[in-house]
Amino acid sequence: MSSTAINHTLEHSGHAHDDHAHHQSFLTKYIFSTDHKMIAKQFLITGIIMAVIGMFLSILFRIQLGWPDQNFPILETFLGRWAEGGRIKPDFYLSLVTIHGTIMVFFVLTAGLSGTFSNLLIPLQIGARDMASPLVNMLSYWFFLTACVIMMGSFFTETGPASAGWTIYPPLSALPKAISGSGIGMTLWLISMVFFIASSLMGALNYISTILNMRTKGMDLWKMPLTIWALFLTAILGTLSFPVLVAGVVLLIFDRSFGTSFYLSDLVVQGQILPQQGGSPILFQHLFWFLGHPEVYIVIMPALGITSEVISTNSRKPIFGYHAMVYSLIGITVLSFIVWGHHMFVTGMSPFLGGVFMITTLIIAVPSAVKTFNYLATLWRGNIRFTPAMLFAIGLVSFFISGGLTGIFLGNAALDINLHDTYFVVAHFHLVMGSAAICGMLSGVYHWFPKMFGRMMDEKLGYLHFWFTFIGAYLVFFPMHFMGLDGVPRRYYAFTEFEFMKEWLTVNTFISWAAIVSALGQVAFLWNFFHSIFYGKKAPQNPWNSNTLEWTTPVEHIHGNWPGEIPTVYRWPYDYSKPGSPVDFIPQTIPFSETMSSNFSHDFEGNPEAERIQLEWQKNDEAERLAEDKV
Amino acid sequence: MDTTVSQLDKIKTGPWSGGRSPFDVEYGKIIMWFFLLSDTFTFSALLIYYGAQRFSKVSWPDPDVVFQSVPFIAEHGYPLVFVGIMTFILIMSSVTMVLAVEAGHRGAKKEVIKWMIWTIIGGFTFLGCQALEWTHLFHEGYGWGHIPETYKGVDAVSATQFANLFFTITGFHGFHVFSGVILNIVILSMTFANVFEKRGTYIMVEKVGLYWHFVDLVWVFVFTFFYLV
Repeated sequence: MSSTAINHTLEHSGHAHDDHAHHQSFLTKYIFSTDHKMIAKQFLITGIIMAVIGMFLSILFRIQLGWPDQNFPILETFLGRWAEGGRIKPDFYLSLVTIHGTIMVFFVLTAGLSGTFSNLLIPLQIGARDMASPLVNMLSYWFFLTACVIMMGSFFTETGPASAGWTIYPPLSALPKAISGSGIGMTLWLISMVFFIASSLMGALNYISTILNMRTKGMDLWKMPLTIWALFLTAILGTLSFPVLVAGVVLLIFDRSFGTSFYLSDLVVQGQILPQQGGSPILFQHLFWFLGHPEVYIVIMPALGITSEVISTNSRKPIFGYHAMVYSLIGITVLSFIVWGHHMFVTGMSPFLGGVFMITTLIIAVPSAVKTFNYLATLWRGNIRFTPAMLFAIGLVSFFISGGLTGIFLGNAALDINLHDTYFVVAHFHLVMGSAAICGMLSGVYHWFPKMFGRMMDEKLGYLHFWFTFIGAYLVFFPMHFMGLDGVPRRYYAFTEFEFMKEWLTVNTFISWAAIVSALGQVAFLWNFFHSIFYGKKAPQNPWNSNTLEWTTPVEHIHGNWPGEIPTVYRWPYDYSKPGSPVDFIPQTIPFSETMSSNFSHDFEGNPEAERIQLEWQKNDEAERLAEDKV
Repeated sequence: MDTTVSQLDKIKTGPWSGGRSPFDVEYGKIIMWFFLLSDTFTFSALLIYYGAQRFSKVSWPDPDVVFQSVPFIAEHGYPLVFVGIMTFILIMSSVTMVLAVEAGHRGAKKEVIKWMIWTIIGGFTFLGCQALEWTHLFHEGYGWGHIPETYKGVDAVSATQFANLFFTITGFHGFHVFSGVILNIVILSMTFANVFEKRGTYIMVEKVGLYWHFVDLVWVFVFTFFYLV
């Protein structure tokens, strides 16, 4: 029925494209590009810019937290009315926290991470000429950029950007009268998110169909690199969880602008009784966290995939427990949909239901722990090369452990009564999804920079950047655990206002210094990144002696990725230091007939004839060696 | 030696072994199926919200009383007649869509055009009926955050939630129908312009058809929840 169409699509991005690849204008090559490699770069650079903005916002509110009694006239110069007399206003402080969270979670660690590496790696690692639909792919980027611009635009409104927190809980977010940020700022936030969700949906649908349909010959699911598995499951997670946020946001928009009361009831604002009756803000939390929880796995899973790849390559060892890695990713994907209630233990949820969510939450720690132990086992007695990418990958493992352990505390419905909405939570998620995911992303950037730009990044600056980031993140977030245990709530503007919080002021000053220093450390990265794009050392084709397909493409990008035919895949991607092999890596494209000395019989499972040939070769080989010994 | 080599390097040729689509399906159809899955979650979320609201209220307006009118014919006395007609029209438009897809498989351009036009007419008629029904309800005093003054006390709270949810969810569905009609029109004009004829396949009709059936299916649920139970 549709066989013609299939052949058409599998082939269409092939040779025909090469003909007109050479005469492109600036506009079609860099701006309205449909080439997945260019779109990956667009996502990455936009993501980096957003990350810098997000980091800058965090420094602003760190200044307020570290020195709540001091005036910084320079702030007024830059921020005007929002920092009158050199002190950030409470409303603007809340905006800063909100937009920092939104930018980092959605724009950097979702679009910047998934968008970049899905676009770059999916076609290159599965052996495809481009994405299934390059046009939808381009639209995905343009919707993302629009979302970024609208979100940033909210800084230029009179009432300021949204300030109800990145979780935008109503009624605070639903009533413009409640806080100045819930005016036009909140409207822009919602519009921006609609664009963002459209972008992420278009991207995810494309990633899924590309991975399902366009794998090259021999690339069955169990030969896919773990990056592809992670990106595939992330895309599925996004496809199924973001629509629920759409539903939540639609209802919120109606509450804000059309006089409905989906989330509103029994409210008094500024002495006035509001007419809205019958709604429930708790229902918003359910809709939000049905996305919100999978979202944290959308953030971390690509980072885990990248780490698997980088750690295996740089330990010169096959990844430990490849199948377990895949099954734990699948386990995380499925479980992540049934744990959202652990964000809502203190909303008056039935203790029985709380118990159910607690159990599912603790179960999701199992696949996460499997992954952690597999990383450690991969590193164990490996031939480790400490490239900057490798350091960041190890950094991810470290943050994932230290942040993950506190997740077990927070997942406990009883302990959460104490810990909910304290700095303990802030410490937990900044380590486990913030720092860990950003380490994964940076690891990917250092590792695949040669593939993206055809040049190498400077290693020394990379090391400098790593140690600033790694130590800095721990210095910033580790003390927060203790503040949280003492009951210090998050999102509070001035610690000087509360007697029991005053003793934490010095800690806050320390954290702010640590944040400023590690932010300065990022300059090393920015310089390294942008300088190396133009002046870096030219990259060889396979700088890390890696097995995966992307390193078989030419350094100079061409439309369609491979000149001539797409290579066939014969083996899994983790044949590092295979016993019997004279080299310590065997790319996926090397057929078994060329590596007779290192083949195992299980390499030929389901092909008894091949197994027999291999055994016969080994017997002959042994006999020959014995004969040689005798001579 | 050659045969030996080919034995060792033989790659599997199963549906999942790469080099082909595992389901023998073109990528666009996979995209459409996953999109529909995604949209299912949106509507499910909305309908679950509806359920949560309804079960938390002591009373709920009786649909047999709310939906009694047939525009231009009678103001009262015909419970669910008009919405029954609307539903029938939408389901018939799914039938004509099936016929268009079937004609597409045979490459019969004229028939595709005929059935697509019927589908579009069905879609517009449904939207028109919805507009008439909404207008009638607005006249009676329903709206976002509004209800007729006949509701008092706790009944007023639940009636407001009923009105809010009714207009929002049927509106969201109507928006989907509207997008579907636009897609149908695009497909129709592409058929006129011989685009599919040249491509040698009418698979686009099938993909848009999937969306159209989905929108129909969603209506079945919306209809059940708002009008029947």
